[in-house]
Amino acid sequence: MARRSCLGRSDCAASGEKPSDSNLRMRLFVLSRRPKPRRVNKVSASLSSNGSPPKFDYDLIIIGAGVGGHGAALHAVEKGLKTAIIEGDVVGGTCVNRGCVPSKALLAVSGRMRELQNEHHMKAFGLQVAAAGYDRQAVADHANNLASKIRSNLTNSMKALGVDILTGVGTILGPQKVKYGTDNVITAKDIIIATGSVPSVPKGIEVDGKTVITSDHALKLEFVPDWIAIVGSGYIGLEFSDVYTALGSEVTFVEALDQLMPGFDPEIGKLAQRVLINPRKIDFHTGVFASKITPAKDGRPVTIELVDAKTKELKDTLEVDAALIATGRAPHTKGLGLENINVETQRGFIPVDEHMRVIDAKGKLVPHLYCIGDANGKMMLAHAASAQGISVVEQVSGKDHVLNHLSIPAACFTHPEISMVGLTEPQAREKAEKEGFEVSVAKTSFKANTKALAENEGEGLAKLIYRPDNGEILGVHIFGLHAADLIHEASNAIAYGNRIQDIKFAVHAHPTLSEVLDELFKSAKVKGNISSGVGEAVAV
Amino acid sequence: MASLLQSRVPSSSFSLSSSSSGIQWRPSAALSSRPRRRIFTVQAKIREIFMPALSSTMTEGKIVSWIKSEGDVLSKGESVVVVESDKADMDVETFYDGILAAIVVGEGEVAPVGAPIGLLAETEDEIAEAKAKAKSTGSSSQSVPPPAASPPTPPPPPVSAAPLTPAAKVADGPRKIVATPYAKKLAKQHKVDINSLVGTGNFGRITPADIEAAAGIPPKKSAPVASVVLAAETAAPAPKASATTFPEIPGSTVVPFTTMQSAVSKNMVESLSVPTFRVGYPVVTDALDALYEKVKPKGVTMTALLAKAAAMALAQHPVVNSTCKDGKSFTYNSSINIAVAVAINGGLITPVLQDADKELVEKARAKQLQPNDYNSGTFTLSNLGMFGVDKFDAILPPGQGAIMAVGASKPTVVADADGILQRKKFGLPMCHCIAHKTRRVKLDFHPCDVDIGRASCMVIQEKGHAGNAIKKDLQCSVINGKSVKLAAGIRSAGERGNFGLYAIV
Repeated sequence: MARRSCLGRSDCAASGEKPSDSNLRMRLFVLSRRPKPRRVNKVSASLSSNGSPPKFDYDLIIIGAGVGGHGAALHAVEKGLKTAIIEGDVVGGTCVNRGCVPSKALLAVSGRMRELQNEHHMKAFGLQVAAAGYDRQAVADHANNLASKIRSNLTNSMKALGVDILTGVGTILGPQKVKYGTDNVITAKDIIIATGSVPSVPKGIEVDGKTVITSDHALKLEFVPDWIAIVGSGYIGLEFSDVYTALGSEVTFVEALDQLMPGFDPEIGKLAQRVLINPRKIDFHTGVFASKITPAKDGRPVTIELVDAKTKELKDTLEVDAALIATGRAPHTKGLGLENINVETQRGFIPVDEHMRVIDAKGKLVPHLYCIGDANGKMMLAHAASAQGISVVEQVSGKDHVLNHLSIPAACFTHPEISMVGLTEPQAREKAEKEGFEVSVAKTSFKANTKALAENEGEGLAKLIYRPDNGEILGVHIFGLHAADLIHEASNAIAYGNRIQDIKFAVHAHPTLSEVLDELFKSAKVKGNISSGVGEAVAV
Repeated sequence: MASLLQSRVPSSSFSLSSSSSGIQWRPSAALSSRPRRRIFTVQAKIREIFMPALSSTMTEGKIVSWIKSEGDVLSKGESVVVVESDKADMDVETFYDGILAAIVVGEGEVAPVGAPIGLLAETEDEIAEAKAKAKSTGSSSQSVPPPAASPPTPPPPPVSAAPLTPAAKVADGPRKIVATPYAKKLAKQHKVDINSLVGTGNFGRITPADIEAAAGIPPKKSAPVASVVLAAETAAPAPKASATTFPEIPGSTVVPFTTMQSAVSKNMVESLSVPTFRVGYPVVTDALDALYEKVKPKGVTMTALLAKAAAMALAQHPVVNSTCKDGKSFTYNSSINIAVAVAINGGLITPVLQDADKELVEKARAKQLQPNDYNSGTFTLSNLGMFGVDKFDAILPPGQGAIMAVGASKPTVVADADGILQRKKFGLPMCHCIAHKTRRVKLDFHPCDVDIGRASCMVIQEKGHAGNAIKKDLQCSVINGKSVKLAAGIRSAGERGNFGLYAIV
């Protein structure tokens, strides 16, 4: 069977049964715990040489209980695997404890502050609001409480399903063998590494956790500086600029590339800059590295030395009240015992193939060892890790599965939000050039959407990049109110291979923001009117 | 403190445009002084492109992008620049043919409504001149803050230093000037030279409050510290500044005028030198109200109707639409441009409906009514009726012939033409038609020939009985003009006679 991007479809196609039937079958599996038919390939064949399945403590051990590990564990239980998850710190990992979750709490506050402070916006609604203010500690508590709540939800969901949560740092001792804590050794048929990442701090930068901080510290919101420099203008930097400016800080971005918001579709980036940067109390330096950052001490401010990214000459020195290092994240793979299985990291990342199978120093696949999430660096997003985990579980339970990374959406939760899936316009044009097809772009504005206007939030743009010859969606980028929630119609369409000529007949409730995408698909001009088949999976 | 005080000069957009143009022209009640009408701009071959007001709440606009670049040839009606207002991005068109000689406000920069953003030359020969002018514009703005404080001089201790700031530290040696991101933005916007300021923020840095103080802007609701500093500074110079000292009431705070308020104030003071007289009289508005009800759903506002009616009346009486510039002659304006006084947050602007005698209502109905600029008005309309004001005097903007102040209409009992029969009429607004001659001209000395006699204001002046003359006059103009096309209601009402003045109030 050809690789399918679409999990549900291939399930049905393979079994020839209705989904409900296969669900029933799965439940029976769980009850009976009978041995699963093993995937037969060269990897497993070499291990079970004597023919009888070896005895393992678990079917699956996952090292790291972040969102990736959690997603894999839940799916493993669904597939009837006896599963353990090892966590050296706290359940939930970066996302829940130091990332997506607490930052959303802060952004929820910043969104409201922004609205309440915007007199013009309030007046337009006929609302009268006295000066808005905030209690820093209460805001910080909200973020912390949310993290605790989600953490306990995650823990409970795994406990309830019978996943063993083992506490201690996990180390791989050899094939199918893991140590956790000081001296507990366990074995498993398959192992997934899901150890995630930590904020990366370029050298020359001294993080003191008070005035020079990473996102880990910033999320605790221990103080709101008058002026903070944010090094890096990606998702993390942008989101924090939204939080800090709403709480009254002024922000200076330091970006090594020539443009702010690298990685976003340039048109979306330009618009986002006009809305999220220019009118706010933000300035920026692009094309410069922060070569040296010294925390505030002895009555002196934080100093940041900026060097030209190309010439390496000292260009400027900033004096600010705080600096947030948001230059990206580094894989957390130290102490994993990779040397025991002859795996060498590449810039810290664990090399994997498209099935997330770990590749050793000689370029060979390490049997029964997978790596998902930030640790492999393919796509450093919580939901990508989870999707990769599910994909691995599918494989270890006997299905060939490759995740289509181009169908994984991403979002930046500024006000308004930015979201995207698939290729940017330049990427699509480059691909089109190579492969010899035509690319078209369709756009719709939030200004034409009733719901957006009712909310007085007409600022926004949705952009569709597609092939006019066959209606394939190459990428969708949204900047506007609730963009992060809107992207899924497009990402699902890409995942399931839906073509524009089909999806444009889908009905959207009126008046909703989803009509922005409805309009977008309808405004695309597909030449042929061929109904789509099943999309091809594209691995990244 | 000296630098702070002296540099608290209103930002330069006004003085700039008027001083650099070299054309005798009095600014209108609106923001800016712009030689706009052909009549005034005979010798001006270089025109300024101004930041337009794209909405009634817009006080400043940002240049999103220049569609044309310097040296491009423009033809009337072409889009030149994209301006972002609080509501939308809009293409701004040129009203003239010419060459875009210089861009004064670059992309991404902000300028107050009415400030010049670019220069338009008529011929290539003038490009150099325009460029020089643009440069002087730039440099004069730079020189607004006087070079009082040279950086090496130890700055005086800030009035209320933030607790973090060791004042001594700030002073040790020449150091680079640090301004926060928002302070820099404000400085650019208000053309304040950062180098001339002494920062009061942490580590001696220049804060947004410092810039606002330098630009003479009242503090917005910002950090409590900032507002305290500003209040302390502004309170001190107040008694010195005013010639006539008013007793100071303890606890009061002084909030300097915004640039717009300064301009309005200046123009209003100037208007005192223009002799004016005021007349008013009530009209029945039944027909007008009926018409309004009819066209309202199509988006035609009462103000648009009033502007149209006034324009049609003016078409018949050009003298009321004329201007007296030199005290020796009438300047008859070729267009009827109705300026509409619009109160905006903390100020007043007068967007102008050009050629209001033509197609105005149709445009309004098609939602295409757009104010074109702020200073080409030949007649001003001020309507406070919607606020329930039933009668008021408006101030005549210098340079114009008349302003019409319109009050609210309300149900009133009126005697009919026979003088006995009492009938309920709906509506009795006050219309104060304020006519005058501009400065140095005595109104009542002008020879009144037949033509002028037809002009209502002149007639009034001569005969000394205001009511009937105007009534008749305006009635005619409206009824006989195109208003019949507007609605049958007007005509039929008009035919009833004396009270048949409808569209114009």
